[in-house]
Amino acid sequence: MSDEASLNLFQQQEANRRRTVVLVAGFVAFFAWLGFGGDYIYYLFTRDAPRYAYHHAFPWFGIGLSLAAAAIAWYAYRTGPQKVLWSTGAREIVDPRTDKERQLVNVVEEMAIAAGVPRPRIWIVDDPDPNAFATGTDPLHSHVAVTQGVLDLCTRDELQGVVAHELGHVKNLDVRLMTMLAALVGAVALMHDGTSRVLRPGGGSSDERKPSPLVLILLVVWIVSWILAPIIAQLLALGVSRKREYLADAMSAQFTRNPLALASALQKIEGADAPTAHIKRGAAHLCIADPLGRRLTSHDGLFADALATHPPMAKRIAILRGMGYAQLKQDKR
Amino acid sequence: MAPLAFLIVLVVVAAWPIAAYNGLIALKNQTLNAFKQIDVQLKRRHDLIPNLVNAVRGAMDFEKSTLEAVIQARNQAVKVNATGPEGIKQISRAENVLSSALQRLMVVVEQYPQLRATGNIGQLQEELTSTENKVAFARQLYNDTATQYNTKQQQFPTSLVAGLAKAQPADLWEIEDQGEKAVPQVDLSLKPKT
Repeated sequence: MSDEASLNLFQQQEANRRRTVVLVAGFVAFFAWLGFGGDYIYYLFTRDAPRYAYHHAFPWFGIGLSLAAAAIAWYAYRTGPQKVLWSTGAREIVDPRTDKERQLVNVVEEMAIAAGVPRPRIWIVDDPDPNAFATGTDPLHSHVAVTQGVLDLCTRDELQGVVAHELGHVKNLDVRLMTMLAALVGAVALMHDGTSRVLRPGGGSSDERKPSPLVLILLVVWIVSWILAPIIAQLLALGVSRKREYLADAMSAQFTRNPLALASALQKIEGADAPTAHIKRGAAHLCIADPLGRRLTSHDGLFADALATHPPMAKRIAILRGMGYAQLKQDKR
Repeated sequence: MAPLAFLIVLVVVAAWPIAAYNGLIALKNQTLNAFKQIDVQLKRRHDLIPNLVNAVRGAMDFEKSTLEAVIQARNQAVKVNATGPEGIKQISRAENVLSSALQRLMVVVEQYPQLRATGNIGQLQEELTSTENKVAFARQLYNDTATQYNTKQQQFPTSLVAGLAKAQPADLWEIEDQGEKAVPQVDLSLKPKT
């Protein structure tokens, strides 16, 4: 609305671009650390080896892992949205057949106009629990998905609020960061599972040489960071999404000028307590409400701040109501 | 050290007006684009109305006047729109008349449950709601963007380069017509008058 809001949006876009770059750089750097660290440890191990035995001099692991990480990140950027949609089993609405689908398409078109972004592609997840998410890399390549539950439970105005919330994520480029995060978290988990199977046998270390303490410390740090990788990635995914929900709620209110509709939609989503079965852990931080139905989400505080993907629903509803009443007061004047 | 600091100051002094100028130009184009969006949505509405009227005509022999008003308002709006962007006042007045005619039609459709049961009136109602919303949201976007543009060019540091960027305050799309402002009363008028 005002200049302040637009400045906020611009800053948010900038911050999201920057954070995506940092995320990718961190991802590659982490694998570089694993690779070159491994190289170095291997080098220290083989340094004192007999003359004709193998000496690890060239950092093959480091170069290989770094290149692999860069390739994965590029692949994630290209296919992340498809992967996310695929993981939820969403189907695209091209030709709306039922009245509800027609309405969804119309509402998305309206909100795209209000947000000033191109119309995203529209998907439906066949799940009776109400939830919604957006994914994509930029406003030109974006997707909005809602569950069947949203279509069944929400009125037109409420649907508008939910869709506007998702387009808020699209417009301020949250989708880019969060989709990358989902894809990279998935990649880390996958690679971790795969390689820890290779690492476990231990390689039959011949104990005739005593490695120096420095090498041991390095080895421990290296192994610990390898073990912690998926946990760190998961925590990153959690921390990154909480504040964004408030902002997207505010943007929804700006687009629809009807914060009370989103408040009542959130209440309905909250009221339907069943977890959204189709949306798995990896994509949880993309959703409008926590699809796993975790109790943690309803709490506030340090512990919840660190471990929940979504802010407490009651607080979001209270803030939206506040906006609604402020609007009513203004109208009366 | 001193020459370096001087250089930095010089770069900042040179860079700021460029950034401010570019920012203003970007906003100006956004405003123009948002205005075009309204146009697009209005055209869409004009195209939709004949279909709409044809669809309900058979079922609504008894509300001829409401339909006539819609058709007339639509034709008027199309005619005025053809005059081009100079007649913005006229265009907005004609569109407002059309809006209120459509509102009245919607209210009439609501009044007759048997109408909603016949054929695809429900679907048409959805289309009509959506069309009206699209026009409204396009205007909202235009007004938001234009306000942002106006604020930017009037606020202090940027106002220095506003002349350079040929920035003029953009007109907001306002509801001038009393008929449009009184739209909610149309609902009341259909109830028994006190």
